[in-house]
Amino acid sequence: MAQRASTASKKSAQVSTQVIKDLHERMVRIRLFETEAGKLMEAGKLPGFLHLYVGQEAVAAGVMAALRDDDQITSTHRGHGHAVAKGVGFREMYAELYGRVTGACLGRGGSMHINDLTRGMLGANGIVGAGVPIAVGAAFAARYKGEDSVAVTFFGDGATNIGTFHEGANMAAILGLPVVFVCENNGYAEFTPQSGHMLLTDVADRAAAYGMPSVIVDGMDAVAVHRAATEAVARARSGAGPMMIEAKTYRYFDHQGVKGLRHPYRSDEEVAEWRARDPIDLIEARAVADGTATRAELDDVWRRTRDEIAQAIAYAEASPLPDPADLLLNVYSG
Amino acid sequence: MTTTEAPAVATRKLTYVKAFNEGLAQAMREDENVFVAGEDVAGYGGVFRMFDNLLDEFGPRRMIDTPISEAALVGLGVGAAARGLRPVVDLMFMDFIGVCLDQIVNQAAKMKYMFGGALSVPLTITTASGAGLGAAAQHSQSLEAWLAHVPGLKVVMPCDAYTAKGLTVSAIRDDNPVVVMLNKVLLGSTSEVPEEIYGIPLGRAHTARQGSDVTVIALGRMVGEALAAADELAAEGVEIEVIDPRTVQPLDTETMFASVRRTNRVLVVHEAVTFGGLGAEIAAQIQDAAFDYLDAPVLRIGAPFSPVPFSPVLEKAYVPDRARIAQGCRRLLERS
Ligand SMILES: Cc1ncc(C[n+]2csc(CCOP(=O)(O)OP(=O)(O)O)c2C)c(N)n1
Repeated sequence: MAQRASTASKKSAQVSTQVIKDLHERMVRIRLFETEAGKLMEAGKLPGFLHLYVGQEAVAAGVMAALRDDDQITSTHRGHGHAVAKGVGFREMYAELYGRVTGACLGRGGSMHINDLTRGMLGANGIVGAGVPIAVGAAFAARYKGEDSVAVTFFGDGATNIGTFHEGANMAAILGLPVVFVCENNGYAEFTPQSGHMLLTDVADRAAAYGMPSVIVDGMDAVAVHRAATEAVARARSGAGPMMIEAKTYRYFDHQGVKGLRHPYRSDEEVAEWRARDPIDLIEARAVADGTATRAELDDVWRRTRDEIAQAIAYAEASPLPDPADLLLNVYSG
Repeated sequence: MTTTEAPAVATRKLTYVKAFNEGLAQAMREDENVFVAGEDVAGYGGVFRMFDNLLDEFGPRRMIDTPISEAALVGLGVGAAARGLRPVVDLMFMDFIGVCLDQIVNQAAKMKYMFGGALSVPLTITTASGAGLGAAAQHSQSLEAWLAHVPGLKVVMPCDAYTAKGLTVSAIRDDNPVVVMLNKVLLGSTSEVPEEIYGIPLGRAHTARQGSDVTVIALGRMVGEALAAADELAAEGVEIEVIDPRTVQPLDTETMFASVRRTNRVLVVHEAVTFGGLGAEIAAQIQDAAFDYLDAPVLRIGAPFSPVPFSPVLEKAYVPDRARIAQGCRRLLERS
């Protein structure tokens, strides 16, 4: 029978200094990657769509810090944060946003399709819910080959209304596969609030329907996410089967692009309330207060990351465009 | 042959997306049984502004925001249509039909047939197709060939604002499931659109430009490209006839055959992948019906056999354009 811890316990707060620093760095990397990408988009430098992840950093950082390189993830249309946190390089990511041949998909994929097999990043996805069964398949492969890697699938609250989520969850449960289902509940599916697309308050309740345990965490608190993810990953790795984590979080920018509030579907006050609980501010305040890191050390992370990003953007801009003569590249193997 | 029931005089220009919106609103006023369902269509007015202001006028009974559940969305339309309503369900991007293909292909399309004709499924599915926005492989496809292959479905591809309105109205009035493939790149384009409600007959082609040297049969957005190519070729003394089928299922082949008998040369152009595309069907039918009139084999222009690439430089090379159409016409004319 599925059980659910009401929320992840606050007590087992034993997280090492190293983990705090790791979470912080992963979040800063996402934040800066995304805000710079947003600026490039607004400056008209990037083609296509850009679904920014800013605000949700604690989820990607918390989960990815619990994974190994050989663990696999599947992501969504809002996938940059997952990719950055999983260790995909800034250069190939920016180059992809620019449509350059040096990009993660050789310029063929763009923002919604970034992937990196060397990092276990099985791809962002333009089709809502499509990554869920793919993660189930990756977990199946791990067990089949006798490896102990796990697969994590990220999806939004809105995605849990689509068949692939339900079919994937049931399949993972019945086969007892090492999959961690991570719902990033940012309260909206595009412009529709959660209350407009499901009658549940907690997406985690859906896990029970498949006999899958679940836990709800504060998705603005990277430590809380990390703790829950560590448990779920250990559980999956040990062969105990899938589990769902619902992280309550928020996206600061619009569904697509930076600001496009054509029809305001949420209030400025609501955005401000969430921003007041910024995940990076939270971890920095905690780190400084308990002596984990000095302000100067934290600032140094921002500075180093900014430099790295400036170089990556310069690299992307200097990179060659793909050659139209190669239009049929990689349609098939062999 | 007249190709439209529309009033002859249009008084103003309208964008493609506004023309669609106006036709839909008028069809909703005309028939109380018409309702619209889809993701973000009501409160937000649709991600492409297709449904702007309709919630204000028609209210939440007739403008329904749904969860991201395309199979259930199309199924909702099928069931409601079977019970006498005239649903308009929106699939946002055509690429998402993969998620709900069973409901379209096995349910909507076959229901009348399998019920021995006892009911009809007056369902309209609206969606946006086409490349050109850097939207990449999962948001840019033109999948008309998938749908046109299925008996029981109708498929329309408006090439401008005028046809967007008229074909939408006809789709809603039609007693069969009709997929309206709007083109993303055309959304902001304008043409003259009559204010009153009008339908453009489904299954009748339109001769967009008359000419004597080559017949260019162009689908959807390629009509505009073909007309531009015709201007270019006119300067070289070559007269191109441009035929817009408007409806790709059912397909008005008679208009095409008649044109071929006059020009003796045919080029078919579509945005979709050439292999297994509608160009193959059209070429085969022309060869069957008008072989003796052809001075050259029917030429097809479409996309290469690859997913739609992201990088603008690749996307531009991928999608057929006026230059490739003009080049194709010249090649046809070079053959004796
Ligand atoms: C099958 C499918 N339907 C619809 C869309 C359009 N779409 C893209 S993102 C999105 C909302 C997703 O909401 P959610 O899963 O909550 O993720 P979030 O955007 O909030 O991160 C929709 C409807 C799509 N890409 N794929």
